[in-house]
Amino acid sequence: MKLPAWRNWSQVARRDLQFALLSLVLLAAVVLKYPAFAAPDNLAGVLDDTGILVMLALGQMLVILVRGVDLSVAANLALCGMLAALFNREFPDAGVLPVLLLTLVAGGLLGAFNGILVWKLRLPPIVVTLGTMSIYRGVIYLLSHGSWVNENEMSADFLGFTRAHFLGLSTLTWLALACAVLFIVALRRLPAARNLYAAGGNPEAAAYAGIEAGRMQFRAYVVCGAIAGLAGYLWVARFAVAYTDIALGFELQVIAACLIGGVAITGGAGSALGVVLGCLFLGIIRSSLPLVGISAFWQMFINGIVILAAVLLSARPQHRPRATLEAPR
Amino acid sequence: MPPLLTISGLHKSFGGVRALAGVDLELHRGSITALLGENGAGKSTLVKILSGVHQPDAGAIHFDGAAIRIPTPANARDLGIGVVHQECLVFDQLTVAENLFVNTHPRRAGLVDWQTVQRRAQAVLDELGADFGAQTPVASLGIAQKHVVQIARALVNDSRLLILDEPTASLSQRECAELFRIARKLRDAGCALLFITHRFEEIFELADRYAVFRDGVSVGAGPLGATGRDELIRLMVGRPVEQLFPKQAVQPGEVLLRVENLARDGEFEDISFSLRRGEILGIYGLVGAGRSELAQVLFGAERAHQGAIDGGGDIALVPEDRQSQGSILPFSIAANIALPNLAALAPRGWIGSGGERALAQQWIDALAIKAESPAQAVQSLSGGNQQKVVLAKWLARKPAVLILDEPTKGIDVGAKAAVHQVMSEFAGAGHGVILISSELPEIIAMSDRVLVMRRGRLRGEFTRTDATSEALLRAASDA
Repeated sequence: MKLPAWRNWSQVARRDLQFALLSLVLLAAVVLKYPAFAAPDNLAGVLDDTGILVMLALGQMLVILVRGVDLSVAANLALCGMLAALFNREFPDAGVLPVLLLTLVAGGLLGAFNGILVWKLRLPPIVVTLGTMSIYRGVIYLLSHGSWVNENEMSADFLGFTRAHFLGLSTLTWLALACAVLFIVALRRLPAARNLYAAGGNPEAAAYAGIEAGRMQFRAYVVCGAIAGLAGYLWVARFAVAYTDIALGFELQVIAACLIGGVAITGGAGSALGVVLGCLFLGIIRSSLPLVGISAFWQMFINGIVILAAVLLSARPQHRPRATLEAPR
Repeated sequence: MPPLLTISGLHKSFGGVRALAGVDLELHRGSITALLGENGAGKSTLVKILSGVHQPDAGAIHFDGAAIRIPTPANARDLGIGVVHQECLVFDQLTVAENLFVNTHPRRAGLVDWQTVQRRAQAVLDELGADFGAQTPVASLGIAQKHVVQIARALVNDSRLLILDEPTASLSQRECAELFRIARKLRDAGCALLFITHRFEEIFELADRYAVFRDGVSVGAGPLGATGRDELIRLMVGRPVEQLFPKQAVQPGEVLLRVENLARDGEFEDISFSLRRGEILGIYGLVGAGRSELAQVLFGAERAHQGAIDGGGDIALVPEDRQSQGSILPFSIAANIALPNLAALAPRGWIGSGGERALAQQWIDALAIKAESPAQAVQSLSGGNQQKVVLAKWLARKPAVLILDEPTKGIDVGAKAAVHQVMSEFAGAGHGVILISSELPEIIAMSDRVLVMRRGRLRGEFTRTDATSEALLRAASDA
C-alpha cells in the first residue's frame, strides 16, 4: 500500500482501523444477542442520539490538539439553546436560518471569550473554562429567569428542522455526517489546521516556525464554541424544551469521546475519524446497555473503564537520556 | 564581495543581566565562521536575535547590504536565515515532509498540496544524502537525523544564512562527519554558515573564519588560517579574575567521601575520586559534560548503574536551577528552609509554633538575606537572595558533604561573594564541598583541587597550582 505523505499515516490509521473493527465487534455482539438492535429504525435512532456528541467532540478535539480543554461546551450549548428558544418565542415566523446564524455567532463569541482569556492572559485552559462553564449557566438563568421554554412555545419550523428525514436519516444525523466529512478533509488539507497540529505538538518549535500557539488556541476555541452554539439549537429542538440545566455534565462525555477516539490529551495528535469512531463507540454502549438490562450506574462504570483502556493503549514510554556519554574519539 | 551579514554594536539585557554588551560579527558568503565563547558569553542570545525571538536593545544588523530588523521568526525565515537548534526543535508527531513545510505549506486552491510537499521534501532529502525518507515519522529518528531535518527545513525555505548552534554536542563521530559533509556542501553552494561549538578539533576541521565572544563582547575575529588553538583559548578566557573571598587555605583532613567507578547509562562512567574534610573539590566541564547528572547520583536523586559511593548518605545538593529544582517559589522563606529540616522541627510529629520562623530568621541573619520577614515568598526575592535561601535550607541540616551545582549562575557580584564566603567557611569548619561550575575564575579561585569532566568521563585532575584557565579549558574541550 502506498502511504499518503500528509501524516504519520501508518500509526494513526492503524489505530483508527483497529478501533473501527473493535466497534464493529461490539455492534455484532449486541446484534447477535438482541437482533432488534439491528433494525434500521433503531440504528437510525442510535445515530440520531450520537449526532450532537459527534459535532461537539470534533470541536473539542481542536481545542485538545492545541493543549487546551473546553469544559464550557455544555454550558455554551445550553445558553445558545435558550437564546434560540427565546428568539423563536419572540419571532416565531422568522424561520430556521436566523436561528442557525444566531446560535453559530453567539456560540462563537462565547468560545472567543474563552480563547481570549487563554491566549492574551495566558490563563490555564482548565481554569478558564471551569469559570466560564459556571458563568454561561448563570447567564441562562438571568435570561430565562429560571423558567422553561416548552414545546408549545416553539414554532413548527423550529421543531421540525431536526426531525425532518432524508433517505431514512434525520437532519441531525446528516449535519453530524457533514461535520465529520468536513473535519476529516479540513484537518488533512487546510494549512491552518496543519499549523494547529504543529502548535500543539511542540509550541516552541512552532514559535520558531512563525506560528503563535496562543493564536491557534484562540481559533480552536472559537470553532469549538460556534459548534457548541449550533448544537444548542439542535438539542433544544430535538428534546423540545429549554431550561437552565440541559446537557448538564455533557462536556465530560464529549471529552471522553475525544480521548477514546485517540486524541492525545497532551496535544498535537489525533484524527477526526478516530473522534467520530469514539462517539459511535460510546453511542453503541449507551444505547445497548439498557437492552442488556444493565443499570445506568454500570454504564458510567463501563465508560470509565473504556476511557482508561483507551488512554493506556495510546500511552507511550517517554525516556530521554540527558547527557552525552559516548565512546572516546 | 561585502559580507552577507554584518552586525555592529549589538546590545541586549534581560532584566538587569547584560547578555550582549557590544557585539560585532561578519558572516561571508561561501564561508563557515566558527563562533567561540565560554558558557554565558552571549552566543545563544545572538542566535535568538538572529532568529527573530529576541529584539536587540541597541545596535545594527545589515543583511545583504540593507539595514534590517527581525521582529518575528517568520521574518527571519523570509530573509533566508535558518537555524539548527541545539535542542532539536522539530515536531515529533509529524512526518519529515510535514516538518519541512510547517507554516509554509505549498497550496493549491487554498488547500495543502501534499503531492508537492512530498516531492519537494524528498528532493531536498536526496540532495542532502539523508538516510531516511520524507514519510518517516520524526519521532522514530535519532538526534543526528533530526538535525538533518532542521537543515532540510532551512533549505526548503531558501536559507542563505545557516546557523548551527552546537549541533555536534550529542552526535557520534560518524554522525559529525556526515553533518560536516552537508555543511561543506552548503558552503560551496554559496551559503554563509555560523558554526557554534566548544570543540576545537571541529573548528579547525570545518571553519575558515572565527569570532570569539567573551562576557557579551566581541574580543576577536578573522580568518582562521593564521590563528592557533592557544590564541583562541587565550581570547576566550583572558579576563581579569574578580574574586572578593578567595578560598582560605585549609589542611585537608580524613576522607569523607570516596567514589569508585561510578557509572550511569548514557550519562557518565568510570568516575572515581575522593573528598576530604575541609576541602573544596571543583568539577569543571562544559554544559552537557555530565556533571549535574553525577551530582544527582551522589545526592541520591538518581540511581547509579555501576560503582560504589563510600561515605554517602549525609550529602546535600544545591541544584543548578534554583527556581525549579532548588526552591518552591510560592512558599515563604521559612517554609522553604524548613522543608529538608522538618524532622528536626517536628520531633513529635507536628511543627511547633515559631520553630520554622526562628530557624528562618537565624539564617536570614547569618547569610544577610534581604527580605522583609521570614514569611515573604521566595519568588519575590532577587536571584541572589533566592540562592541564599536554597543554601540556607541545606546548610541548616549541617551535612557532611555539600554539593553546589552552578551556585553563582546569574546572581550579582555581592551575592556571589557571599556565596563564596559561606562555601569557604563551611569547608573550613571541617565539612567537604563539591563545587560544580562552568565559570573558570570561580573554579580556580575556590577549589583546592579541580576535576575536569568531558562527555561523561573524568579527563584530568589538577591541584590548586596546576589549575590554570588554559589547562582546564583544554581538558574540558577536546583541545
